[in-house]
Amino acid sequence: MFGKLTLDALPLDSPIQMAGGAFMGVLVLAFIVYLVRTRKWSYLWKEWLTSLDHKKIGIMYMVLASLMLVRGFIDAIMMRSQQAMAYGPNQGILSPEHFDQIFSVHGTIMILFMAMPFIIGLMNIVLPLQIGSRDVAFPFMNSVSLWLTWAGALLVNLSLVIGEFAQTGWSAYPPLSELRFSPESGVDYYIWALEIAGAATLMSGINFLVTILRMRAPGMTLRKMPIFTWTSLCTNMLIIGAFPVLTVTLGLLALDRYLGMHFFTNDGGGNMMMYANLFWDWGHPEVYIVILPAFGIFSEVVPTFSGKALFGYTSMVVATFAITFLSFTVWLHHFFTMGSGGDVNAVFGISTMLIAVPTGVKIFNWLFTMFRGRVRFTTPMLWTIGFMLVFTMGGMAGVLLAMPGADFVLHNSLFLIAHFHTMLIGGTVFGVFAGVAYWFPKAFGFQLDEKLGKRAFWSWLIGFFIAFAPLYVLGFLGMTRRLVHYDNPAYRPWLIVAAVGVAIILFGILNQIAQLVVSIVNREKNRDNSGDPWNGRTLEWSIPSPPPPYNFAIVPEVHGIDAFWEDKRSGSPKRPVEYVDISLPRNSVIGILIGAFSLGFGFGMVWHIWWLAIPCLIGIVAAFVARASNEDHEYEISAAEVERIELDRRARVG
Amino acid sequence: MIEKKPSLPMWLSGLGAVTFLSGCKGVALLDPAGQVGMHERTLILIATLLMLIVVAPTIFLVLFFIWKYRASNTKSRYDPEWAYSRRIEATMWAVPFLIVAVLGTIAWFTTHQLDPFRPLESQSKPVTIQVVSLDWKWLFIYPDQDVASVNQVAFPSGVPVRFVITSASVMSSFFIPRLGSQIYSMAGMQTEVNLIADRPGSYDGFSSQFNGPGFAKMDFKALAVPDEEQFEAWLAAARASPKTLDSMAYKDLAAPSNSPVEYYSKVEPGLFHSIIASFMKGATGVDQGMNSMTAEGSDNVR
Amino acid sequence: MANGTVELTPAGRDSHAGHDPAATKVFGFWVYLMSDVILFATLFATYAVLSRNYAGGPSGKQLFDLRTVLLETAFLLTSSFTFGLAVLARNASRRDFLFISLGFTFALGIGFLGLEISEFARFVAAGDGPDRSAFISAFFALVGTHGLHVTVGLLWMVVLAWRIATGGLSAANRTRLALLGLFWHFLDVVWICVFSFVFLLGV
Repeated sequence: MFGKLTLDALPLDSPIQMAGGAFMGVLVLAFIVYLVRTRKWSYLWKEWLTSLDHKKIGIMYMVLASLMLVRGFIDAIMMRSQQAMAYGPNQGILSPEHFDQIFSVHGTIMILFMAMPFIIGLMNIVLPLQIGSRDVAFPFMNSVSLWLTWAGALLVNLSLVIGEFAQTGWSAYPPLSELRFSPESGVDYYIWALEIAGAATLMSGINFLVTILRMRAPGMTLRKMPIFTWTSLCTNMLIIGAFPVLTVTLGLLALDRYLGMHFFTNDGGGNMMMYANLFWDWGHPEVYIVILPAFGIFSEVVPTFSGKALFGYTSMVVATFAITFLSFTVWLHHFFTMGSGGDVNAVFGISTMLIAVPTGVKIFNWLFTMFRGRVRFTTPMLWTIGFMLVFTMGGMAGVLLAMPGADFVLHNSLFLIAHFHTMLIGGTVFGVFAGVAYWFPKAFGFQLDEKLGKRAFWSWLIGFFIAFAPLYVLGFLGMTRRLVHYDNPAYRPWLIVAAVGVAIILFGILNQIAQLVVSIVNREKNRDNSGDPWNGRTLEWSIPSPPPPYNFAIVPEVHGIDAFWEDKRSGSPKRPVEYVDISLPRNSVIGILIGAFSLGFGFGMVWHIWWLAIPCLIGIVAAFVARASNEDHEYEISAAEVERIELDRRARVG
Repeated sequence: MIEKKPSLPMWLSGLGAVTFLSGCKGVALLDPAGQVGMHERTLILIATLLMLIVVAPTIFLVLFFIWKYRASNTKSRYDPEWAYSRRIEATMWAVPFLIVAVLGTIAWFTTHQLDPFRPLESQSKPVTIQVVSLDWKWLFIYPDQDVASVNQVAFPSGVPVRFVITSASVMSSFFIPRLGSQIYSMAGMQTEVNLIADRPGSYDGFSSQFNGPGFAKMDFKALAVPDEEQFEAWLAAARASPKTLDSMAYKDLAAPSNSPVEYYSKVEPGLFHSIIASFMKGATGVDQGMNSMTAEGSDNVR
Repeated sequence: MANGTVELTPAGRDSHAGHDPAATKVFGFWVYLMSDVILFATLFATYAVLSRNYAGGPSGKQLFDLRTVLLETAFLLTSSFTFGLAVLARNASRRDFLFISLGFTFALGIGFLGLEISEFARFVAAGDGPDRSAFISAFFALVGTHGLHVTVGLLWMVVLAWRIATGGLSAANRTRLALLGLFWHFLDVVWICVFSFVFLLGV
């Protein structure tokens, strides 16, 4: 009746999982109760869930990513605690089966449901504003992407309480991930969550690429775009090039698991090495997808808070393209130890090392932007400086790993783990935090509390060092990754230090939560009435905070790089001669409906509940057809209304 | 195959490193017990030093600039429009590129020298040991001596050991950190790593590729015994075992579980190759192609 | 700019800020097709790697019936021609010829799928389904994915025909026809690669 689903799927024997599930359930319940009590259900539905406004969609991405950051971080706390304890006779608090799920879900969530939504959310909020546009190219598809991503995240989190998650690592290598060695629901949750979220991301990639190439304000040629826009362009090119590969790869794994095919099985002519190649053909560009937007954010933050133009605009763009191109040529470095032979390994080692060159160029460009500037140590700038120091050192570890000979002894060790966390945390996470601190006032109309922000930064920076420096050492001690237990006494002190580091990061996160609460409470005091709290340089700072639904009352005309800075320098604010009617997309329930159907489809596929999966799939198709049947997708804001909104905002500035 | 002996600069840095690092005993990768591991350590040190040429000044400059050009320091020069310098740009592309070119050249040569499939230069004749990764234990078969062991492998020190490796289940990675390179074990395929212990000792080995719930307890000891006599003694002890590794015993062994150290006094002939062949069910000569894993592009005889 | 005021540009006067939604949609669809190229490229690469892994089972030579493949190819290529006729009908605003051409296109597409499904069924019935060997798995995945795309195209054709029947040849429907045309011709190109690389080379 329910496919493979039985009551056994509930983790009744695991108190930790039950507690985790209960905690999530309480949060959801509390939110629902809040909505009912404040009667905000209707507001939530009309203003947010069915909105096609790119700014709101972006914020909903950020909410998802923030929740997933906490979820993934709790997994990290559990892993560090386990490893600090589980030496010798002490087996720790987690069974191998549980621990194996935790490191798998930690990686999956952090990369696909924390990092990706954060960067897609920021691109959603900022990109149209930076290019002087009123929306993205395809607002409806934007909504579909958002809700598909939520569906994928929900599917992963459901696996905590119904069934289990994959016990294969986030890369899910076969044959371990094949049905024979992973007969339970875990790998299926992984496959369908990623297929759904992957489709969402591909759609976003197409959406943003077309937005950047087609919807820039008049006069903004490519060479006048802000660097964040350039890096977003390259990121979306990477998404379009890489995500179809993931869709195919996991699709083939699903065919093996569901229909007994032999792509990657041990028998029947399957080739597990093919999976490694395909997975990393996506996987390597993926890490550049999450880092390039961070580089873009830093390229906005450093000039703004140095009071100086970005050094080397052209070489920044060239470097970004070099990185984009090279990122497709290095994937084999993820499996130097699979035995490809000297020639192949050496070629990929060299191509990997080459990426260090354009990356270094970017660091030097930021460095020389600060040179002879006036550096202000605001929260965004602190995150950026932290990044520059941390990322450089992590990059050194990366070039070391790029030497196949060194990788032969460091592969899969904690040195590797330390390296990629340095890049992901020091790069992507710090970048996102800088971006949030920088653009929060634009999105919401009030500033974040600086003191708590700085305290969070220092906690993260110090905590990060204390958590990850020991891992570099452990790699040299020979400790491998993904160990639920160990017998070598030399490892123990370092793992305890690492656990302390995580506790310090936890303090940082608590400060960030406090910062959000305090800032909301104090929002009137911290109102940004000017729209330009940082003395910014690019177009998003030329409109009110938060922006009106149409962003720009009049379409800006651009004459150079740092368009807004030029405007400010050339004199007093100009008033428009006249306003016009503006068309904007209507709300639509179809996006969230498709998300809901996808969740049902995914869940049905995981448990082989065909009477759920197939109708949901039909439902998705029907929803698209329904959308296409209705031509009335836009509404107009009249010129008079636009004028009223603009005069109202201007009055507030004073 | 051109044999590139380590050059004088490499020897010097290696020597310096050894002196500096003699305080790092117990740090497996910095205190290798075999030639392969030593070569890899030298490589790590040289690469790190080369990179520091760029990284150290960069970190210094970041800290220096944020201090010197902090907004409160009104004495420093403020040039808000200065955004380009051809000289600086040329340097920032050229210097890292040069370092990468040097590193790349080193990578080219060392990758070939350290190719796990490459036999080691030695006076002694290599010992061949067949390795099978099972769930979740390591089986070692001595084809020439007709014994086998589980979770313990012995060989004389100073003699190159040619490990030929396969898996009877999922992917694992055969790794003895104190001796050097690891390599994956994959079903239906044969990989190889050539290692040598220059000093006698008992070295930890394990899988560095996650392979299931028994992963953390899938370790083994590599005993590098001081001489041939002691090796013969170990073999004799194995031969004295009442257990033999016939197909029944192998089937029991292959069942998923961890295992204590075991010895087998006789081994089913051709067991290793039949394990590989078992994953090529129905195979004819036609599809040997992809499924016989050998080193591509290297010059060894297969 | 006189007196610190801003004149509206032509783009500024347009409620869509001067962006032509139809052109944007066509461009976006091209980008989607590029992503589909990567998707098929991955399937081709997988096929290439696994194309000799027969696991003791049949090879392409033993399995493929080139006459059927030729017929399938004829159907599909002709359907692209009839779709071109539909576009001409659209340009001339002749709905009757449009529906006839689309009808032929649809029929030929169904014919293509029917032949393909019967071939698949033949393999499965003989015990040489995709679970037989990696080679056959890769064959089914590649050819089957193309077939799935064709199915989606046919469904789209039905929906679009219905929209044109009820709503007329509006600007939006004309654009949709253009996009469907791009999709349909793209599938033709992919089929030519499949035909050459899988069937001709495999036999």
